[in-house]
This record gives sequence, C-alpha cells and structure tokens, in this order.
Amino acid sequence: MTTLAFAILLAACMVAYALNRRAATGLRDGGQRLHSVSGYHGLFALLMILVPVLVVILLWLVLQGAVVNRLVMSSLPEGTLDGLGKGQVDLILAEIQSIAGGRVFGEPEVWKIAAAERFSGLLQSAALGLVLVTALLSLAIMFFARSKVSAEFRARQGAERIISGLMIFCSVIAIFTTVGIVASLAFETVKFLKLVPLTDFLFGTSWEPQIPIRADQVAAEGAFGWLPVIVGTIVITIVAIVIAIPIGLLSAIYLNEFAPKPVRSVCKPILEVLAGVPTVVYGFFAILVVAPAIRSLGAAWGIDVAPNTALAAGGVMGIMLVPFISSFADDALSAVPRALRDGALALGATRAETVMNVLFPAAIPGIVGGVLLAVSRAIGETMIVVMAAGLMANLTLNPLESVTTVTVQIVTLLIGDTSFDNPKTLAAFALGMMLFIVTLIINIFALRIVRKYREAYD
Amino acid sequence: MTDISHGSAPQTTIDKVQASLARRHRKQYILQGFGIVAISIAFLMLFILLWSQIATGYKAFMQTNITLEVFVDPEEVDAGKLPRGNFDDVLVAALLPYLPNVDASSRADVRTASGIFSNGAQFYLRNRIVEDPSLIGQTITMRVPVSDPYDQLYKELVDRDTPENLRRLDNTQISNFDQLYEAGVITSRLNTALITNADSRFPELAGLKGALLGSFWALLTCFLIAFPLGIGAAVYLEEFAPKNKLSDFIEVNINNLAAVPSVVFGLLALAVFIGWFGMPRSVPFVGGLTLALMTMPTIIIATRAALKAVPPSIREAALGVGASKQQVVFGHVVPLAMPGILTGTIIGLAQALGETAPLLLIGMNAFITSAPGSPFDSSTALPTQIFIWADSPERGFVSRTSAAILVLLTFLIAMNAIAIYLRSKFERKW
Amino acid sequence: MDDLRVVTRDIDTHATKISAKNVQVYYGETHAIKDVNVEIKEHTVTAFIGPSGCGKSTFLRSINRMNDTIDICRVEGDILIDGQDIYDRNIDPVQLRARVGMVFQKPNPFPKSIYDNVAYGPKIHGLARTKAELDEIVEKSLRRGAIWDEVKDRLHAPGTGLSGGQQQRLCIARAVATEPDVLLMDEPCSALDPIATAQVEELIDQLRESYTVVIVTHSMQQAARVSQKTAFFHLGSLVEYGNTDEIFTNPKDSRTESYISGRIG
Repeated sequence: MTTLAFAILLAACMVAYALNRRAATGLRDGGQRLHSVSGYHGLFALLMILVPVLVVILLWLVLQGAVVNRLVMSSLPEGTLDGLGKGQVDLILAEIQSIAGGRVFGEPEVWKIAAAERFSGLLQSAALGLVLVTALLSLAIMFFARSKVSAEFRARQGAERIISGLMIFCSVIAIFTTVGIVASLAFETVKFLKLVPLTDFLFGTSWEPQIPIRADQVAAEGAFGWLPVIVGTIVITIVAIVIAIPIGLLSAIYLNEFAPKPVRSVCKPILEVLAGVPTVVYGFFAILVVAPAIRSLGAAWGIDVAPNTALAAGGVMGIMLVPFISSFADDALSAVPRALRDGALALGATRAETVMNVLFPAAIPGIVGGVLLAVSRAIGETMIVVMAAGLMANLTLNPLESVTTVTVQIVTLLIGDTSFDNPKTLAAFALGMMLFIVTLIINIFALRIVRKYREAYD
Repeated sequence: MTDISHGSAPQTTIDKVQASLARRHRKQYILQGFGIVAISIAFLMLFILLWSQIATGYKAFMQTNITLEVFVDPEEVDAGKLPRGNFDDVLVAALLPYLPNVDASSRADVRTASGIFSNGAQFYLRNRIVEDPSLIGQTITMRVPVSDPYDQLYKELVDRDTPENLRRLDNTQISNFDQLYEAGVITSRLNTALITNADSRFPELAGLKGALLGSFWALLTCFLIAFPLGIGAAVYLEEFAPKNKLSDFIEVNINNLAAVPSVVFGLLALAVFIGWFGMPRSVPFVGGLTLALMTMPTIIIATRAALKAVPPSIREAALGVGASKQQVVFGHVVPLAMPGILTGTIIGLAQALGETAPLLLIGMNAFITSAPGSPFDSSTALPTQIFIWADSPERGFVSRTSAAILVLLTFLIAMNAIAIYLRSKFERKW
Repeated sequence: MDDLRVVTRDIDTHATKISAKNVQVYYGETHAIKDVNVEIKEHTVTAFIGPSGCGKSTFLRSINRMNDTIDICRVEGDILIDGQDIYDRNIDPVQLRARVGMVFQKPNPFPKSIYDNVAYGPKIHGLARTKAELDEIVEKSLRRGAIWDEVKDRLHAPGTGLSGGQQQRLCIARAVATEPDVLLMDEPCSALDPIATAQVEELIDQLRESYTVVIVTHSMQQAARVSQKTAFFHLGSLVEYGNTDEIFTNPKDSRTESYISGRIG
C-alpha cells in the first residue's frame, strides 16, 4: 500500500508537469508572450505536488505505528493493564503484534486475539487512508497548479522559490541533527539523574552497572560513578597519543623536508591507507596479534600483564591516529611561508636546523590543533576498545592492566535488550552526554586554533 | 669597523663554521634517520595488519568437503512425508562402509563417526530431495561440508601432537578422518558458501550473504538520503546563502558534526529513530538513515570544495547571457563540479561501509540466519558481522573473521580506486 | 629623471671576488640562464637589472646555491668565489651560505625575538663561545644594519612586530651577523615604502666598505643610486656589464638602451 502511495505521487507529479507544460505551450502557440518558458510551468506544478505530499506521506508513515499501537492498547478490556509495569505492557503489545502478523505461539487469550484483529484492521485502514489522502491531495494541488497557468504567471520564480526552500531545508538538517543529538542525550540523561544523583555520577569511584538493581536500590548502591570509566579512557588515550605523536610528527617532517619527491608521492598515500582501515579491523588486529604479542613479551620479561591491557588497545589506536597527526603536521609545515625556509637556509642553516628551529616552531599551532582533534578522536573511538579493552571498570593508571572506557560502557550497556526505563540504558546515555560534551569542547577549541593558524599565514 | 673585514680576524668565520660542520651534519642524519624509522614503523604495522589478516583469512576461502555415494533409502525417506525424513541416517549409512573399525551397532560409535558431517549436511540432502523426489530409492553423489573441527584438522590448524585430552578431536576421530582421507573422499574446494550462505552458528556453514546484503541496503539508503540532501545543503551554503549568523551557525554545526564520535550517532538513532519514532531494530533502513547523518558532513564539505574550484568566470559568463542564478548553478556549476562531488560521495560511502559502532547500537549485531530481501528486514552488516564472528568462541570463526575483513577491505579498496579513477579522469585544470 | 644621479667612483682597482664562467641554469625544460660570464669586484655594489623574468634573481640565487632547494633546478658552468668553484663536490652549501649572505624581496624575520633573529646564524655556526660574545655580535650586527638605535630597548620583542623597513634592516643585520664576505640582495626594497627604501639604500652604500654586495633591482634609479657596477640581463642572457655610469649614460647594446629609455620592460 505504501508503494502504491508513492506510485500515485510519482504519477501525479508527472501528469501535473505534462499538463501545465502543455497548457503553457498552448498559450504561447496562441500568440501570447509568456513570462516563463513552458518547462518552468511544468516544473512549478511538479514541485508544488511533490513537496507537500511527500511530507504528508513521510509524516503519516512515521506516526501511524505509534497511533495504531495507542488505539489498540486503549481499546483493551477495562482493567487488563492495571498494575502492570511498562515492560510488561510492551510485552503484551509485542504479542498482539505477532499474533496479527500470523505468528501464534501457544493459546493466546481471547482478548488478545480480538486486539490483534483490531490491530490488523487499523493497520489496513491506515494504509488505505494514506493512499486516499495521497490521491486527493495530489489531485487538489494539480488543479490548483493548473489554474495558475497564465501568460503573466512567474512560474520560474515560483519554482525557484520552492527549490530555494528545499535547499535551505537541506542545510538546516545539520542543525536538526545537532539538536537531535543534544535533545536525545539530554532527555535520557535527565531521566538517569532522577535515579542517580549527579554527584554520585560525577565523583563516584565505582562503576558496576551489571549488578542487578531494583529501582529503589539504585541510589543506595552508588554503582554509577563514572570516574574509573573516564580514567580508563584517559589512560588509553594517553597511550595512543604517546605512540601517535612521535611517529606521526617524524613521518611528516621526513616526508615534507627530506624525502625525495618519488618517495613522498609513494609514502603519503600508503600512510593514508592506515586512516582508511575500518576500526573494527583494527579491533580484530588488536585481539588477534597485538594483545598476544604483548602478553608473551610480558611473560618473557616476567611482568604481569592483563589479558586485555590498555596497552594493546591504546597502541593499536595510536597506529590508527598516525596518518591523522602526520597529515595535520604536513599541512602545518607546508603552510609555513617559503620565505622563512629560504631565510634560514640562506643563513647557512642545515635542513634539519631549518625544520627544528624555524619551521616547526612556526607550525606548532597547526600541529597542536591536529593533535587535539586526534585526542578527541581517541576518546570517541569505539570499536578498537570494545574489542580489545576490558569490560570491568578498574580505577588504575597502569597501562598494563585492563581498563574500560566510556565508549565500551555505552556499547556493552546498550547491546542486547534495551528498554528506556532501565538505569543501565539511561547510564549509557549519560555517558554519551559526557562524551559528546568533552569531544565537542576539544573539537571547537582545536578547529579554532587551526583556523586562526591558517589565517595567520594567508 | 673595518677590523672584521675578511682575513684580518685571528680566526676567520670559515674556520669557525668548518669546526662544527661535521657535528651539524650528523644531527641532520640523525633527524632523517628518526623520520625513516617512524615511517618504517607505520608501514611495518600496516604490513603486519594486512599480512595477519591474509595469513589467517585465506584458509576460510577453502572448505573441506566429503563426497559420498548416498543411497536414498525409501525406508528412511518417505516421499509422502517430505520435507521430513531421516536424512541423517541416510548419510551415515553412506559413510560407514569407509570406516570398517566403527561398530555399526554401537550408537556411540556411530554418533562419533557421524560428527564428521557438518550439522547442515542433512539439509543439503533434504533440499536436493525435496527439489526432485524421484531421487528416492536411487544412489546419488553428495558432496557435503565436514564439520568445523575436521575442517581445522585438514587445514593443519590442529596440532596432532597435542595431548589427546586438550584436543577437540580424540584419536579415534582423527583415525576415522585419516581413513576417509586415504579413501579419497575428502576434498578441499573453493568455499562459495562464504558468499552464498547467511550467518550460522556452525562456522562451516556461516557465510556473508546476509551481511553483504545488509550493508548493501544500508549503503543504498544512506546514498539516497545523504547524496541529494548533502548536495542541496552544499549548493545553498556555497552559492546562495547570505553571510549571516544563521549561515555561520550551520557551518559550525557541519564542521562539528564531522568530528562527533560515531557512537554518539548510534545513541541518537537509538533514542530518536527507534525510541521516539518506533522504527524497528536491526533493520538496514535505520542503519542507512544513521549512516546518512554521519556521511552528510563529508559530502557537504567535499561538494563545497568542488564548487569552489569552478572558476567564477563560468558563472559570470552564464549570468551575462541572462540566466537566473539557479539556472547558472544547476545548469553549469554543479555539472562541472560533479566529478569532485562524486569522488567525495564515494569516499564518504566507503567510510560509512566500515562504520560499526552506530550499527551495533541499533541492533544490527543480531544473529540472523536469512539474508534480508529488503531494507526493512532484520539483518547484520559487513562490519557488524566481523564483530560477531570475532566474538564467537569456535575456532573456525577466527579465519572466517579475517576472511570477512578481507572481503570488506576489498570493497573499500574498490570504492577508493573508483574515486581515484574519477578524480584523475575528470579532473579539470582551470 | 633628475634623481638619476650617477655616482662615479674609482672601482677598477678592486680585486675580483666572484667570477662566473659559462653559467647555464635550467628549470626542468626551461633554459633560464644562458651562458653568463661575469666578474664581480670586491667591496663594490653590483646591480643586476633587467625586465621581470629575465633571470636576474635566478642568477643571484645560484651564487649561494639557493637554487639547490628547488628540485627541478639544474646549474651548469663554474661560479668561483675567491677562485674556488662553489659547485665543487667538496663545497658544502651550508658553509658556503655562511660566507655568502642573502636578503630577500619580502622581509622574512623568523617568528622569534629580535635578538634571536640576529643571534640565529652565529648560534648555529658556533661563532660565539659565550653569551657575552653573542651579545656583542648581535649589537654589532644591529648597528651595522642601522637599526640598533630603534630596537636596543626591545631586543626581546618579536621581530615580526617591526615595521616593514625595520624588518628588512633586521634581516640585513641577521645576514651580516655571520660575517659573510658577500651579501646578495634580491630586490630588497620592493616591499618597502619610499622612506624605508631610502634608509635601506643608504645602508647598502655603507655595507660596501665591508662586503661585496650584489643587488637585484627592477628600479633603474635604485641601481644608479647605489651601485658602481651594473649588469643588464635580458631573456636569460647577460647583455651588458660595466661601470654603472657608463651603462646609464652610454650603453653599448641597443637592448640596454631601449630598456633604460623605457622601451622594454
């Protein structure tokens, strides 16, 4: 039925285009001077139908599920749902839906079967309604648009105004997305903070969300202190950055200043490949190769190494960040004006002295901006740590121990069954909120530094 | 001040410079050496990464099979009762003649011997007979996969010298397998099931079909949404937007969105698409929607760069003959910028293809044994399938994970190659 | 052209400092300098003039091997300083550039303090053993750059904060701090206003006492004001070389004459 609605829309658009175009051509052939060429009359009609009807169809599809569910649930016999928790109500709804879908398990109660019938009935009428509304609306607009055709009508301006509106809408999606992120995170975080006090969350030193918690027990348990989680994140980020900065910077300096052209043109893209490898691949690499290697190294030296050390996850993350840092450093070094380089060389500085004493200090702001973006990326990186870091929150700074990170906790808390009234689920959103805020601050700061730096040398 | 003129100083500049020259050059070589070491470490890591995946993954592209002459006993398989029937027993009956040591009357012995068949072997036989019931009562040649432990044994991933109690196969099982091998019924063939099967709990049956289709539907959705919306936004911001607070704010938003951690987009999708809009879980359409939000900033940034590269003279020329601003932009500027836009889009889609975390949060890591027929059927995606297999305890999944990684990397390389080709083919020097 | 006051000085008694023999410079496929032969005298200001793109800067940059930093650039022929071939395999460009200082078209102070800018050359070359010696060199160089009085109270302020003319004199001070024999100047006044130009020109005339100065300029008036010898380049060739007053008053080549009278350029 949905397909039918879209087909009607498509057909209506095409018919309206043809109608208006023909009408306009007719006027022109009748000797009138048209303000807009006939194609624009057609385009105007097409857009007039396409935009509003498409909006109606999409809204209908988004809303119909929720409306039908609510109607079905409210029409259940009096008292059926009394005293049931939200989870149980959801379960009943799911059962009704599956009965309506033809998957009957066991012997459902009569009222459920009745509700299921009502459910499929409502769905059918909703689909029928959609088709009807689509057809009627399209037809109405088609007549309206047809009536507009005249020699004076500014069809081009009309069509262009609609197109402008569409483009503005596209641009504003970026704002919608940000608002959506903030709203969804904030909404769930507020719910979380009703269950767990903010101070416990921010300053608690124990993170044990896996413990089964009854709703009245949460605050007393105090198992939602994010400190060990953020400390683990910081440990892994530091390991990653400590590896990525020297390798990335030295590669950039070598490629930018010393490498012969052919070497540079081969090495740069190869380095970029490291940035294109999906993080899930790095994660598997960490557990398949790096973690066992570190463990056997530790065993050989008699050091006690945890099975999923921060070192393995952080090290692999560091490798992932190398091209990131090196390309920022490369850009920053290239942006230093040639005059400074020439000035140093003309004084008799060696190329190494030129780089270290003149170019590098001048490029520092750009490089710092790049490093900050790399830090924000390391904090937000998910798959490597989900696969290679630990699950248990461990308040330690030792990179040889197993630690967990914010992103690991978000993913493990949300994988599997999630309902939105469970403190476990809400805790993930609270962590997500913190992650978003921290990375946002770093990003804004870093982007500002980078932009200032570019302006300084433009 | 003439005392410093050349030659009159006790020690000339040249001599002083000479004195430290060797040391200064040595410093330069050291810095250069560090640079080469740094690059070598990065390359070495890339090499180890790729090599480890190839070395473990290539084995999954072969599958050990057993080929038997199977007599489809009408006693066991009744044409009237299809698709039910004792296909298991039919296969075992065909197997036992090769294993004289197995006591056909001992149920334990027979069960041990039949463990060599993959769990899915009976379904291969069943499907063939359901397709053509006239085979009942005849002898047919069946080639079925062996189960994972035997597959590992054949690929020499099981060390025969390990003490028996630490092995997954005991001595009897190994000797059974060796007898079959000597009888010539064990063969190794290209593992087409890796592409044509969907996921399975049994490594020898597990394939990527579901994941590939899931990724395809998700990317298609992502493309259909992000491409037009991204171009619309970029064209507006680059060509039409007035320089005001709103444009600046949009711009800041786009730049920041490009740097928001992907897992946050997952949270957005979970809360808004699934929680508030009531969209279904584990569905490629929702995955594609989420990926579209993440890909849009990439496409917008690439498109704006491509539009900027079109020289203003083109715009002026078209405006000069009386075209409207929109006619200029859509008739001339956008078509000229298309190669750049497409390149950026392909690179954005390649990133989206490898994106895992947001798909995990919307449940695309479910265990689903059938391939999706539409973007609204539950499925996994290529990267989430890698995650699932990497998490699976069976040994056979290790090489399959690497094989899946190789498949994913192949797609990424292909997409990037197309992007590079487009760029070099259509790149215009103004 | 009343400011074209040609200064005649007795210069032919000076020894030859730089001598170029059959110098060819190529940028990739382009033959930028064609067969240039020139003898540059000690303690003299020699001006290279010619229309833009004639190769005068390129030739200047090959005297301290700055062209080495451009990948596609290739120099053939011999350039001798004090009789020594600077393109000899045994010559280290680093050492050469300590002897042959250079000042660029646009003032390019390092983003460091005034003091550090001037001290940089002596520091890397190890010319001063103690801080006091370094202080002395810096002061001497800044005095010689005729900027000491303007900056002596703010030696540790950033060099980029000075005005354009001050920056250029700072760069000259930086170049002379390594006590070179030769000072190459590539259009040192083209980015400066007339007052700063006059200051720098006056400085160049003083520098002649201690150094051999070679200056590239697109301004004929400037060449006439500051130089004793002038070389006219056209399309990569050295057309005419001689005493400045002769070149300007009595050019031998018709191309020189056309340029000076404003018909080429």
